[in-house]
Amino acid sequence: MKLALLSDIHANLRALDACVAHATSEGASRFALLGDLVGYGPQPVQVLQRVRLLASAGAIVLKGNHDEMAVNPPSTAQALGEIGAAWTHAQLTAADRAYLDALPLSDTQGAVHLVHASANAPQKWQYVINEQLAAASLDAACEDPAVRYVFGGHVHEQTLYFMTATHKLMRFAPTPGVPIPLPASRRWLATVGSVGQPRDGKTQAMYAMFDLARAELTFHRVPYDHLAVAADLRAAGLPEFFAKRMEEGR
Amino acid sequence: MKMLEPGAHIDGFTIGECLHAGGMAHIYRVQYTDESMREPFPMAMKVPRMTGGDGAENIVGFEVERQILPALTGSHVPRFVAAGDLDQLPYIVMEYVEGQTLQHRLDESGEPVSPAEIARLGAAVSQAVHSLHLQNTCHLDLKPANVLMRPDGSAVLLDFGLSCHAHYPDLLAEEMRLAVGSPVWIAPEQVVGVRGDPRSDIFAVGVMLYELATRELPFGNPQTKGGMRQRLWMDAPPPRKWRPELPEWLQEVILRCLESEAAKRYPSAAHLAFDLSHPDQIQVTERGRRTRSTGFRAHFKRWLRAAGMHYEPSPLPSRQIDEVPIVMVAVPHYEVSDATLYSLRQAVSRSLGTRPGAQLACVTVIDAGNSSTSDAANSETAVHRRYLGMLRQWAQPLDLSGRAVSFHVLESGDVAQALLRYAAGNHVSVIVMGAATHGLQMQRLLATVPIKVAMDAPCTVILVKQALPFEQLASASPA
Repeated sequence: MKLALLSDIHANLRALDACVAHATSEGASRFALLGDLVGYGPQPVQVLQRVRLLASAGAIVLKGNHDEMAVNPPSTAQALGEIGAAWTHAQLTAADRAYLDALPLSDTQGAVHLVHASANAPQKWQYVINEQLAAASLDAACEDPAVRYVFGGHVHEQTLYFMTATHKLMRFAPTPGVPIPLPASRRWLATVGSVGQPRDGKTQAMYAMFDLARAELTFHRVPYDHLAVAADLRAAGLPEFFAKRMEEGR
Repeated sequence: MKMLEPGAHIDGFTIGECLHAGGMAHIYRVQYTDESMREPFPMAMKVPRMTGGDGAENIVGFEVERQILPALTGSHVPRFVAAGDLDQLPYIVMEYVEGQTLQHRLDESGEPVSPAEIARLGAAVSQAVHSLHLQNTCHLDLKPANVLMRPDGSAVLLDFGLSCHAHYPDLLAEEMRLAVGSPVWIAPEQVVGVRGDPRSDIFAVGVMLYELATRELPFGNPQTKGGMRQRLWMDAPPPRKWRPELPEWLQEVILRCLESEAAKRYPSAAHLAFDLSHPDQIQVTERGRRTRSTGFRAHFKRWLRAAGMHYEPSPLPSRQIDEVPIVMVAVPHYEVSDATLYSLRQAVSRSLGTRPGAQLACVTVIDAGNSSTSDAANSETAVHRRYLGMLRQWAQPLDLSGRAVSFHVLESGDVAQALLRYAAGNHVSVIVMGAATHGLQMQRLLATVPIKVAMDAPCTVILVKQALPFEQLASASPA
C-alpha cells in the first residue's frame, strides 16, 4: 500500500493534477492532503472540487492555516497572504467554506500520524523548521505508542528527521526520487514540501510517497506548467509578487 | 545471543552449518525451507549479536547494513535476499560468496607476497571500492577480514555495518560520533568524526597493502583515542624500511594512500586501480624512495598543525569522482595530419578540466603482427619503445601542470575493441579520439572505429574534428 502525501497545494490546480497523475503512475493506492488546500493560488474553487473528488475516493484531507484564513479572513489585511485570503474568501461558495471549516487538524492511520503543522498543538500552526521543533511534534504524536511516523507540510521544504538511539533528532536533506528506508524500529518525521508553492528556487511541485509495506519514503519533484499559473495569477488581478514567486519558485 | 540449531526454520529459511561465530554476528549457511523454491545462488544468514552484554553498536550496525545492502548492486557486494525485523529476530539473508578473505590469506602463510601479486590484489580491491563509491556509498570499515577474493581474482566487499550512503540518513551520525571504525585501518578524518569521504576507504586500502607488503601495521593497533589521533600528523614508516627489496613504485602507491591529508591521497579508487594496473607508469617521487621514517622535527610541526585541523564534510562520492576524471586519448600513429594531432591536444586540455586530480592516459593501438621475435629492430620492446616515444612527443606541448600522465601501446587487430576494453578495464571517464579514420563520408556507410567506440563505450566519447586554424593559416600564407 502506497500513501501519496500532498501538502500546501495553495489553490494551484495544475500542480495538484501533475502530482496526482505522477503519484497514480507510481502506484499510489491512497491520497492524503495535508492542508493549505487554498490561499495564494488562482484556482481555489477548482482545487476544492478536485479535493472533494479525491476525498470521495478515500483520501484523507486535513485543514491548514490558509484554509482557516480563507474561512475567516482578517478584517484588515496586512500581509500579502491576508490580502490573498480575502480574495480566496470571495471566490468560495458558502458550501466550500463550510467544507474547509469542518476539516480535521490531524489524523492517525496505524503507525502514521498526519498533521499540517506540528503534532504538538496543531491549532498553533507552528513551523517545524529545526530538530527541536521536530522533536516536540514527534514526541506529541508518539504519545500514541503505535505511532512511528509523522508526516506534515506547512514549511514548504522536503526534510526528514530521524530519532537516534540516544533519543536525539537528526535532520536529513533527501534527494528526490530516491526511496529511503525508514525502519519502524526508529521514529521519523518528514515535511513533504509544497505541491503548489515551492520556495527553494526550483519550480517543480513537491510531494512524497510512503510505501507502508516496504517502509520506504520517496520524496518527489514534479515539473508542470508553472508559467501558466503565473499568467492565471496576473489575469485574476492578484498581487504581482504572487506571479513572480511562481515563476521563480521562491 | 545463543546459537541457532542446524535444521531450525526461520521465516522460510532452513538454518545450515555455522560458518562464522564472531564478536559482532553469527553467520550460517541457509536454504529455502520450501523445496520447490530454487536458490538463485548460495545463501548465508547473518544474525547480529545483540543480547544484554553486546553493545549498542551491533544494533545500529545491523540497522545500517539493513538499510544499505539492499540498495547496492554489482558483482563486488553480496546480493541481498531478505531481512528480519529488529523487534523480532534481526537477521539479513544475503548471497554466500565463494572465496577467501584477505585476512585468511594473511593468516595462512607468513611468506612475503610478491609485489606483482600485491598490485593485482590491490587493483581488484580498488575496483570493488570504486564500484561502491559510484553508488554513493563509502564502506568506512575496510579491512582484510571484510574483503573477499573470488576464485576469478575479483574482490567482494563485506560488512556494511559502519558504511555511509549519501542518499540515506546516517544512522551512525551523532551517537557514536567519534572514531567509528577499526583502529588499525581507520582514516585520520574518521578519527575526528568525518563520515562519508570516499578517500577514507583509500586510506584503508593503503593500510591493507602495507600489511601485505611488510606484515607490519603502519600505525600499529592503538587502543586509545590519543593513539588513533597519531595518524593525523604522523607518517607511516616507509615499507622499504622493513623490506628494502620492495620496489619504489609500490611504496609510492602505499604511502600516497596513507597520506594524512585526504587531498594528498589518490583522488578516487579508480586512480589507485589505474596505478596498480600499470606499475611501470608510476612517477616515483621522494615518497617512494625514502627508507627512513620521518624525523621528529617534521612530525612535531605537523603535530602542531593537526591540533587545529578542521575537516570539511565532503560532497557526494559520485560527484567527487566526476571531478577527477581519467581521460583517455586515442592517438593515431599513421596517416594522420598535424591538424588532427593538434586538435586532439586541444580537446584533451579541455577535458582534463581545471581540477588538479585528473589523470591522462595516452593510448595507441598497433597491429598485433607489427613486432617480431627474431628481428632485433622489430622486437616487441623496440616496437613498443618507438610508439611510446611517439606518444610522449605528442603529449609534450600539453600543459599538464602536475597531473599524472601515462602512455600505453596496445597490440590488437581490432582497434575499436582494444580501445573499448582498455576504457572499461581502467574506469576511464572520457575517451577523446579523432572523428574520422576514413573520412567523414565513409562513416555513413561503414561502422568505422570512432562509430564503434561511440556506440559501445562505457563512458562519454568526444569525437574531435580537425581544427580550422591550420587550414586557414595555410590558405592565408603567401604561396
